[in-house]
Amino acid sequence: MSRTTGNFLWKLDWLTILFYALLVCMGWLNIYSASLNENANSLLDLTQPYGKQLFFIGCGLVLIMLLLSIEAKFYERFASIIYLASLAALLGLFIFGKTINGATSWYGIGSMTLQPSEFAKAATALALAKYLSDMQFNIKNLKHQLSAFLIIALPAILIVPQPDPGSALVYGSFFFVLHREGLSGIYLILAFISISLFIVTLLFGPIYVSIGIAFLVLLFFFWKRKTKKKKRLSFLPFLGAITVMVAFSFSVNFVFNNVFEQRHRDRFNIVLGKSVDTKGIGYNTNQSQIAIGSGGFTGKGWLEGTQTKGGFVPEQHTDYIFSTVGEEFGFLGAGGVVIVFTLLILRLLTLAERQKSQFSRVFGYSVASILFFHFVINIGMVIGILPTIGIPLPFISYGGSSLWGFTILLFIFLKLDANRLNEWR
Amino acid sequence: MRKFLLHFTVILVGAVFLGRLSYLQLFDDSFEELSTNNAVKAVYDYPERGYIYDRNGKLLVANQPAYDVMVTPREVQTLDTLEFCQLLNIDKKEFIRRYRKAYTYSPWRPSVFIAQLAKEEYASLQEKMHKYQGFFIQKRSLRSYRTHSAGNVLGYISEVNDYEVQKNPYYQAGELIGRQGIEKSYEEVLRGVKGVKRLQKDRFNRIIGPYKNGIYDTLPQQGRDIYISLDIELQEYGELLMNNKRGGIVAVEPSSGELLALISAPTYDPSQLVGRQRSKNYAKLHRDTINRPLFDRGLQAQYPPGSPFKTLNALVALQEGVVTPDERITCYHGHYYAKGRWMGCHCPSGTKNNMDKAVYQSCNTYFSNVYRRVVEKYESPKEGIQNWNRHIESFGLGNFLGNDLPIGTRGTVPDSSYYKRMYPRGGWRAVTTISNAIGQGEILASPIQLANMTATIANRGYYYTPHIIRDIKGQSIDEKFTTKRQTTISADHFGPVIEGMFNVVEKKGGTARIAKIPGIEVCGKTGTAENFAIIDSVRTQLTDHSIFVAFAPKENPKIAIAVFIENGYWGSRWAAPIASLMIEKYLTQEVKRDVLEERMMLGSLQDEYDKPLSGEPFEINQ
Repeated sequence: MSRTTGNFLWKLDWLTILFYALLVCMGWLNIYSASLNENANSLLDLTQPYGKQLFFIGCGLVLIMLLLSIEAKFYERFASIIYLASLAALLGLFIFGKTINGATSWYGIGSMTLQPSEFAKAATALALAKYLSDMQFNIKNLKHQLSAFLIIALPAILIVPQPDPGSALVYGSFFFVLHREGLSGIYLILAFISISLFIVTLLFGPIYVSIGIAFLVLLFFFWKRKTKKKKRLSFLPFLGAITVMVAFSFSVNFVFNNVFEQRHRDRFNIVLGKSVDTKGIGYNTNQSQIAIGSGGFTGKGWLEGTQTKGGFVPEQHTDYIFSTVGEEFGFLGAGGVVIVFTLLILRLLTLAERQKSQFSRVFGYSVASILFFHFVINIGMVIGILPTIGIPLPFISYGGSSLWGFTILLFIFLKLDANRLNEWR
Repeated sequence: MRKFLLHFTVILVGAVFLGRLSYLQLFDDSFEELSTNNAVKAVYDYPERGYIYDRNGKLLVANQPAYDVMVTPREVQTLDTLEFCQLLNIDKKEFIRRYRKAYTYSPWRPSVFIAQLAKEEYASLQEKMHKYQGFFIQKRSLRSYRTHSAGNVLGYISEVNDYEVQKNPYYQAGELIGRQGIEKSYEEVLRGVKGVKRLQKDRFNRIIGPYKNGIYDTLPQQGRDIYISLDIELQEYGELLMNNKRGGIVAVEPSSGELLALISAPTYDPSQLVGRQRSKNYAKLHRDTINRPLFDRGLQAQYPPGSPFKTLNALVALQEGVVTPDERITCYHGHYYAKGRWMGCHCPSGTKNNMDKAVYQSCNTYFSNVYRRVVEKYESPKEGIQNWNRHIESFGLGNFLGNDLPIGTRGTVPDSSYYKRMYPRGGWRAVTTISNAIGQGEILASPIQLANMTATIANRGYYYTPHIIRDIKGQSIDEKFTTKRQTTISADHFGPVIEGMFNVVEKKGGTARIAKIPGIEVCGKTGTAENFAIIDSVRTQLTDHSIFVAFAPKENPKIAIAVFIENGYWGSRWAAPIASLMIEKYLTQEVKRDVLEERMMLGSLQDEYDKPLSGEPFEINQ
């Protein structure tokens, strides 16, 4: 314990902090613009979203100091307890939860609300890191794999019935982590094939897709036989593959048409361009594209966005905040945010790779994957290339729980990173 | 590989997002317009359209309020349809039809339910309006005419069409624009400039405040009043004289080029083209292909000018020095202008005519001879015709005069290239074009051109471009109307011709003694123009047009006039008396020759006009 504070601060990765600060500031500016109205007075008006967000950012700073001052070892030691506590918090929602917009995802504390699912991501990341870094853990072992899946799936299972399927989906990002830690690539390939089949089935129907599958697999079979120069190549596995994929395609069709609700079908149909609807279900996406598109290269200027002022984009200060960025700051601003996000995630991956302890690396990878998932799904939705899935844009969207959840993820990792050389002392 | 899969994916996604953003923000322009359309509303403040007065300050065109019943379908509450329909004079079926139409246009935006209610209807409706949620009344301004005449000059206004909206960014769909006449030529002066307020709308289409604090807003600029050069009393009088006749009258003030009357018959009452009835009435006028009331015969019609044109040939001959005023040319009740080519004349055989007599007796032989001398003065007929053409065009014939009325015609004054086209193998000479000498053949002129020609003679060699504008409040009129335009003929050559024209009216043997006004020295020239129509694809000659040009008084002329009466036979039968009555009316304000006046007003040429339409063979020039 001979380190001085200055010494410690020097070890923090300030580049990451710079990106973080940029995104948080950009977020507040846009929340201010999107939620500004005529009865606005002071910046700290706690009845207005921008006032609250300023308060959240302030608390975030305190939180950061707290996180950085805690001993790094604490996170590893208490990972399981934190994880269990967060599960308990999610469970508690079924009894004490507060319902907003039809989802029971919040605890009400006075006038404030807390969303435990935003914090559960950090807890799950800690727990997974702890489990994977266990000396006895072997990723090739099926039983260990299942346990790891369970750690990831438990919170997701608790979140789905809130209902908040969007937040639950985020837990899928941990597969990137597992893959990095040696999980067989077959899972990712399977996932990729399933998603592709899912999309082409929706686009072209199961019959054409089946014919296509059969054709491609046969092509692959003949190519394989020619190159391998084996006398006998069994056709059986290929036939099996065809059967499974065709069955999958038909079941997708069945599930889509009979299990999904109409609103889910609509969301997919709009993104796939199968239906055009700018008034009902497609209103959000259409309006947000108009807002972004009308921004042009330099944007209309802060507080000058006509779409933002008119409130044409619903949920603009939360999930659709990126449309304000696009309208008021134009291609420069929106592209800038995309680039900062990309650089931030790449930076986190680089930091994760340089960790000596597996715990820190897994955790860092989790942070990067979770941010990436949010980034892809949120912006993809706002610019109209992914279906509507309501999850916030990290650091930028309005909301205390989300801001604090991501801040916790990021700064625990920065603390671990700053501490990486101490491990071996 | 494992290490870099996520790196790779992150970079890929970043690139895809940037690509999509550049498509949305940089390459696809449609969003910008969509955004303005749904977020910014422009509210216009229309200034009142300027009034139009005649040369004596008499108000001709003012504005009247009209009331549109508007509806915003989404805001409509249950209402007493029966009472409402009664107030508006419509039945329930009509109510439903109009409501549906408005709903289809937009449920949220107001649209016109019933346009331009009369003041009386509005009064009874206004009291009960509060009972009908979603309906409201919008005041509009319509033109109000204080005269039943001069529809062709005043023009009308109507809503802009799609083409105009595209061509001129000033106009928005539904706005008014001047369509014809004065309303069109002085559209920008009369309309002023509308003011605009830009308002920010929210997603419910509610106004939430000014757009960018009003930095793009502008104030309306008032429309300006204008004074036109018409003497409305003269115009109205002329239209009365033209009852049941077709033709045009154009009167000009020679000293300024101001148009005193511009009459086209048959015509229409300008107030027919106002308000709710406009499109119905317009269609009616437009479809009348027999009378063609929308065809301005003073400006658009072109006729062979006939004998009045002889005066120009006399002037050209004097200017070119090929004849002196005193030289006598003998007429043998006509003459051979080429081997075996005879041109008839009404002079008794052996008559010796000097210029004065030739003009007042309208001798064909005399003018054929001097025309030949003019053209043959040059070695080639080409040069001869070019030189002649130069003189004639300096009188404003053969081209648009450049006046301030939106319609017109060039007329025709043939030149050498014209004959080259006509006779591609050459061989044309002065005698080939001999009809030019007597204003027939290839020459065509509109009444306004002839009136201008007469004014030029009255002025002894110059004219001002005829124009209808006299004064614009707070602005001077176009400089081209105050610029003197000199002809190629020097002033001292006009004396003999004017003397001849004076004798047309004064001297025994003059062709238009009926045009004589006691106490006023009138100079004139009659004309009778052959004309043809295609009937059942056969070129058929119709009864001659009756033509008269005149100016008065002889010294210091105040009015020059050209009168064309279609199929009126010879010049002094209809055109000369009408011209003379017009001059008397203008110069003395009252007409003393009651009998003549009555005969002209009641006289009808309808029988003549019915002949070609009857489908049976008919006689002309009876």
